[in-house]
Amino acid sequence: MLTTETTDRRLSAQGPVAEQFEAMQQQQASNQFGMWLFLATELLLFGGIFASYVVYLFLYPQGFSEASNLLSLPMGMSNTAVLLTSGLTMVLTEHTINAGRRRSALLFLLATLALGLSFLAIKALEWHHEYQEGLMPVLGLAFEHSGEHAQQVRLFFHFYFSLTGLHVFHMLVGLGLLGTIAVFILQWRDPPRIARQVQITALYWAFVDVLWVVIFTLLYVLRL
Amino acid sequence: MNEFRLYLLSWIVLLALLVVVAAGAELLSGMLAIALVLGGALCMIGVIIVMFMGLKTADALLKVYATGGVLWLGFLVVLTMADYMTR
Amino acid sequence: MSVVSGNAWPANDLWPREHYLSSGFRLRDWLLTTDHKRIGWLYLASITAFFFLGGVAALLIRLELMTPRGDLVTADTYNQLFSMHGIIMIWFFLIPSIPATLGNFLLPLMVGARDLAFPRINLLSWYIYTIGGIFTLFAVIAGGVDTGWTFYTPYSTMFSNTAVLAAVTGVFVVGFSSILTGINFIVTTHKMRAPGLSWMRLPLFVWANYATSLIMVLATPVLSCTLLLIALERVLGIGIFDPSLGGDPILFQHLFWFYSHPAVYIMILPGMGVVSEIITCFSRNPIFGYKGMAISIMSIAIFGFIVWGHHMFVAGQSLYAGVMFSFFTFLVALPSAIKTFNWTATLYKGRIHFTAPMLYGLSFIGLFTIGGLTGIILASLAIDIHVHDTYFVVAHFHYIMVGGMVTAYLGGLHFWWPKMTGKRYSELWSKVAALALFIGFNLTFFPQFILGYLGMPRRYHEYPADFQILNAMSSLGAGVLAIGYLLPLVYLTWSLFKGQPAGSNPWNAKGLEWLTTSPPLKHNFVQIPRVTEPAYAYDRDDG
Repeated sequence: MLTTETTDRRLSAQGPVAEQFEAMQQQQASNQFGMWLFLATELLLFGGIFASYVVYLFLYPQGFSEASNLLSLPMGMSNTAVLLTSGLTMVLTEHTINAGRRRSALLFLLATLALGLSFLAIKALEWHHEYQEGLMPVLGLAFEHSGEHAQQVRLFFHFYFSLTGLHVFHMLVGLGLLGTIAVFILQWRDPPRIARQVQITALYWAFVDVLWVVIFTLLYVLRL
Repeated sequence: MNEFRLYLLSWIVLLALLVVVAAGAELLSGMLAIALVLGGALCMIGVIIVMFMGLKTADALLKVYATGGVLWLGFLVVLTMADYMTR
Repeated sequence: MSVVSGNAWPANDLWPREHYLSSGFRLRDWLLTTDHKRIGWLYLASITAFFFLGGVAALLIRLELMTPRGDLVTADTYNQLFSMHGIIMIWFFLIPSIPATLGNFLLPLMVGARDLAFPRINLLSWYIYTIGGIFTLFAVIAGGVDTGWTFYTPYSTMFSNTAVLAAVTGVFVVGFSSILTGINFIVTTHKMRAPGLSWMRLPLFVWANYATSLIMVLATPVLSCTLLLIALERVLGIGIFDPSLGGDPILFQHLFWFYSHPAVYIMILPGMGVVSEIITCFSRNPIFGYKGMAISIMSIAIFGFIVWGHHMFVAGQSLYAGVMFSFFTFLVALPSAIKTFNWTATLYKGRIHFTAPMLYGLSFIGLFTIGGLTGIILASLAIDIHVHDTYFVVAHFHYIMVGGMVTAYLGGLHFWWPKMTGKRYSELWSKVAALALFIGFNLTFFPQFILGYLGMPRRYHEYPADFQILNAMSSLGAGVLAIGYLLPLVYLTWSLFKGQPAGSNPWNAKGLEWLTTSPPLKHNFVQIPRVTEPAYAYDRDDG
C-alpha cells in the first residue's frame, strides 16, 4: 500500500514510473522486496548443501577436521578479505551514484569488479594447487590422500568443490551484472534507472559475499 | 556519523572479525574455538546484512522475510539433524 | 460489491468494444506479451499439452495393469512409464496449474491492479517453463527415466542408465519458473492492493495463491539444490550420497522431501482457494469463518514444511524422527479439516445452484475429505509399515491431487471461463463432464485403496491373479475419467467460436474481477476501484 511521499532526493527515486505501478516509491519498494525474496531462494539453494555438510560434519568430525587442515587458510582468508572489501566498494558505488556522482560511482564499481576478479584468480590458484596435490576427485581424477579417514576426506573435498564451484558460478553472474552496469554508466542514458539497477545489484553482490562467509566458516575454520 | 564513515567502520569491523575467527580456529580448540568461530561468523554475516544490504533502514516487511528465510533453513538443518542425532 | 468510485461496465452491454483480445493478433503479440492475462493463456496451452502427455503415460500404465502378467511392456519400460507420468504430472502440470493459469489471469484483477508487480519476469517464467519442458520432452524421446519421479539415490546417481540428467535438468529449469511466479505473486499481494483492500478483505483465492507462493519460494530452491547434486554426481563424480565414501542415501531423501512435501501443498492450496470462490457464489452465502480460513491457509503452508519425514518412516531414519514427523503430520491435518467444515457450513441455509463449477466444487469437498482422512491413516507409524509403497498410498495422493486439485482446477476454469473469454459454454455438456469426472475418478481410484490394503505394491507391472478384478475396474474407470477430461476440450473450444456473450458478471458473483468487462480491458480497470466491503458480501442483497 502507498505511504505518504517523502522527498527522496536520491537519483534512484527520479524518473517515470512503470505502467503497472502508481508511484515510484511503490515501484522501488516492490523491486527491493523482489530481490530480497530472490536472495532468500539463493540462501535455500546453498542451504541444502550447507545442511548436508553439517550432517556429515557431525558424523565424521575427525575426518572433516583432517581434511579442513589440508586447505590453505591464508588463501581462504585472503579471499574473504577481498570479498569483504568488495562489499565496501559496492555499497559506496550505490551511495555515490544515488548522489549523482557519476565518476566516483564508476571508480568504485570498477574497484568492485577488480576485487571480484582477484577473488576468482586466488580461487583458481587454490584449485590448481589442490589439483597438483591430488585432492581434486572430480571427473574421475585420482584422489591421493591416504590417511586414517581417507574416504571421509574425499567426501569433504566433494563438498569443497561443490560449494566453491557453485559460489564461483554466482560470482561470475555478479561480475557479468557489474560489467553491464559499468557500460550503462559509461553511456549514462537513463541515470535514475541505472541508480535503481545498482541498488538491486548491490543487494545481490553483498549476498554472494554472505554466502562466501558461510562457506569459509564451514570449510576452512569450523572443526569439531 | 555520515554514511560513508559508517560503511568504512563496518568494513574495519568485518576484517577484525575475520582475524578473530581465524585466530580462534588456529590457536584454540574444543568448545571455545567452535563458539568463537560460529559467533564471529554470525557477527560478520549480521554486519553485512544490516549495514551493507540496508536491512537496518528497511521496512518491517523485509526484516520479517529475511528472518523467515533464515528460519526456514533452520527447519531443514534442525529437523534433519534430529534424525542423525537419534539414530 | 459496493464500490465508491468504480467502473462497473453497464450490465446490459454484453460485449465490450475493446478488450485485451480485440487487438494484437500477430504471433509476437502473444510471444512477447507482458499482459498477465495473455501469459495466463500461454501457460494454459502448455500445461494442457503436458497434461495429456502425462495422461498418455497413465493410460498405458492402466492398460498394462488390466492383466496380472506383465504382458504389454517390459518391466524396464513400465518403470519409465510411471516415472514420466509422475515427473510430467507433478512438475509440468500440477505445480503450475492453477497459479500460472488462473492465478496469473485473476490475481491482478482480484487485488484491483493493472498487472502483476513484474510483468516481464512473468513472461520470462513462461519461457523458462517451456525450456524446461523441452528438456523433459528430450528425456521422454531418449527413452525416459526409470528412477521414479523421486530420483532416489544411489540408483539415480550411480546405477541408472536412463536419461536422468535430461530429466533433472528439465525439472531444475522449470523450478525457476515456479520461483519467479511465487516472487511475483508475493510482491503483488503485498504492494499492489487497491485502496481499501485490506488483507482481511481479500478473496481467499488470493490468500491461497499467496501461501502457495511462499511455499514455491522457500521450498523449490532446495529441490534445485538436490537435483544439482544428482547432476554433479553423475557428471563430475562428486557425490555426497555415495555409501562407499560414508555418504548416506537417506540424506538425499531428507533433502528431496523437504521440497516435495511442501510441494503437495502447492498442489492443493490453490484448489482450496478456487473452491472457496465457487462455494460462496453458488450458495449465495459469505464464507463461514473467513478469518479461520485465512489462518488455516497460512498454517497449512507453514506446518507443511515440518512433516516431510512421513515419507521416510521405513527408509531408515530414526524412530524418534519418525514419531516427531508423525505427530506434526497429524497437526497439519487440522487446518485442512477446519477448511472442510467451513465449506460445508457455508452451504448451510444457502440457495444452492447446481452449475458445473458447483458440481466440481462439491466433488472436491467429498474427494478431498477421503484423501485427507487416508492421509491421517498413513501418518500412523504402525499402519504405514504395512501400506507404505502399496496402492493405498497411490490412491491417497490421487484422491488429493486429482480428486482435489484437478477437480478444483476444472471447476475454476469453468467458473472464470466466461470472464476470460466473454463466452458462455454448454451447460448440459459441462455437467455431463463433471459427472463423468466424479464417476470415472472414483471407479479408478477407490479400488486402489482396497488393493493397497490387500498388499499390492506400487510401481510393479504385474500382480497376483487375485487382484485382477479390482485392477480391471480401476482401468475401466480410467477410461471414463478420460472422457471427463476430453469433453471440456471440446465444448470449451466450441464456446470460443459459437458461445453466447457472457456479460461482465454472468454468475452474479462478488469480487473485483467481475466488475470489469468480459473479456477484461487490456489494462483491467478504467479506474482503480476503491473497496469498502468485506469479501463474499452475498447475504447483503437478493442475489
